[in-house]
Amino acid sequence: MSSGPPQPLRDTIEAVYRAESRRVLATLIRLLGDFDLAEEALHEAFVAALDAWRAGLPGNPRAWLVSTGRFKAIDVLRRRARFDDSVARIGLEVASEHPDPAAGADASLADDPLRLIFTCCHPALPPDAQVALTLREVCGLTTEEIARAFLVGPPTIAQRIVRAKSKIREAGIPYEVPGAAELHERLAPVLRVVYLVFNEGYAASSGRDLTRADLSDEAIRLGRLLCDLLPDAEGQGLLALMLLTESRRRARTTAAGEIVLLGEQDRGLWDVALIAEGVALVERALASGRAGSYALQAAIAAVHAEAPDAASTDWTQIVALYDVLLRCAPSPVVELNRAAALAMRDGPAAGLALIDAILARGELADYGPAHSARAELLRRLQRDAEAAVAYRQALGLSRLEPERRFLTGRLQALGGASPATD
Amino acid sequence: MKYLCLIYDEERTLAAMSKAEVGQFLGEYANFTKEIKAKGHWLAGNALKPVASATTVRVRGGKVATTDGPFAETKEQLGGFYLVEARDLNEAIQIAARIPSARIGSIEVRPIQEFN
Repeated sequence: MSSGPPQPLRDTIEAVYRAESRRVLATLIRLLGDFDLAEEALHEAFVAALDAWRAGLPGNPRAWLVSTGRFKAIDVLRRRARFDDSVARIGLEVASEHPDPAAGADASLADDPLRLIFTCCHPALPPDAQVALTLREVCGLTTEEIARAFLVGPPTIAQRIVRAKSKIREAGIPYEVPGAAELHERLAPVLRVVYLVFNEGYAASSGRDLTRADLSDEAIRLGRLLCDLLPDAEGQGLLALMLLTESRRRARTTAAGEIVLLGEQDRGLWDVALIAEGVALVERALASGRAGSYALQAAIAAVHAEAPDAASTDWTQIVALYDVLLRCAPSPVVELNRAAALAMRDGPAAGLALIDAILARGELADYGPAHSARAELLRRLQRDAEAAVAYRQALGLSRLEPERRFLTGRLQALGGASPATD
Repeated sequence: MKYLCLIYDEERTLAAMSKAEVGQFLGEYANFTKEIKAKGHWLAGNALKPVASATTVRVRGGKVATTDGPFAETKEQLGGFYLVEARDLNEAIQIAARIPSARIGSIEVRPIQEFN
């Protein structure tokens, strides 16, 4: 063996890998008709690049990788076909159908990342498998990384992915962007997966840290990709919502990792570039007349983002937007958020009456934020004993360390009230 | 690919229909069947008699054991099926969504295992 490739080449190839590997994979899956074979081909193409690119980078690295990956896959299939593997024979036919993959360098090639997203988020796959498969195939996260993000064992994630790939193959889930008639319906689960990934990164449901920035970054990247490839008001609304939420990341925890509520955040830490981009997207989504729940939530986030300080927040507009949101996507959580906004507009007593009515219906009885929102209003009304009871209820429902510390702090500040233990 | 569309209805819902409603429902089925035959999707299809007419057969230790009723008691009962030819799952889903019972019951779409 000669010595390994020089460091600058390794760095270049790593950069190409980060920028292109997911697009190359998306095209290889289309050409080869098989996820596992495409992943193997992608890997082999990059191994080949370490040697072949010593003399210099090809003019179009992506096309080179696709073409090399495809030939490597055909080699694999030929070897398997020799052992009379009928599946390999069929695969070989599929793989050899396109004489030159770069010849498909038109709309077909550009749509490959979308095909991949729509396939990974096919409604015939179980929801948790959609998330795992999207993070694995579209974002390129390893099984271990996904397992860490969702606090489950790597074997669980690996099994979800294997089963999902097997269902794609066995049930005949096609590798395609849905037609215009189904597009709107099929986009909903895609946006749901993207938002779920974002939220897990922004407000982790459990664990030691409040946020996992890497997951949010991936979700925003996916959101941008969707908007680039598919102009849709809800896609724009979701990207706007993610950008506007993300713009507050630096302000929402202290250096020590403690929670800072929206009203108490240092707005100088908000990311003005993300806000500008988010606000522009919201305006476009609302102007289309087809704005849905993501665009409306983004519009609410935009009202916050445009207030120079907490006191000058336009609560009247926020309550009005929640009213529209409730009509378009009714849910007790939206009602709760509306009640909190109404408390800012009309005073804590008015908000408290609404929250009590929601809790009386029982749907949010086990939802921690409902109890902490109620506790905040009771505290503002100086009904300290009742506030302490509500904080304890919220604490009993929280699995997130920084949130637990925040609630414990609030309890202690009420004076005399000892933190609950569970 | 070939898919079997298993049609599950609540027999009680069907039994509660008026004569006119039943006539309308069967008319929709007739139209649907005609349509998928014309488009080349139809391979086979039948309605089944009510689940009260079902018999379950098992052979254990060489002995045939026969019991009254279906394999499993469920809220919705298997009431019929279509065997269809579709390009892929998306097309099979589109076909299944047009089966009249999809609006009141549910359709299970299962790919056929081909042995060669």
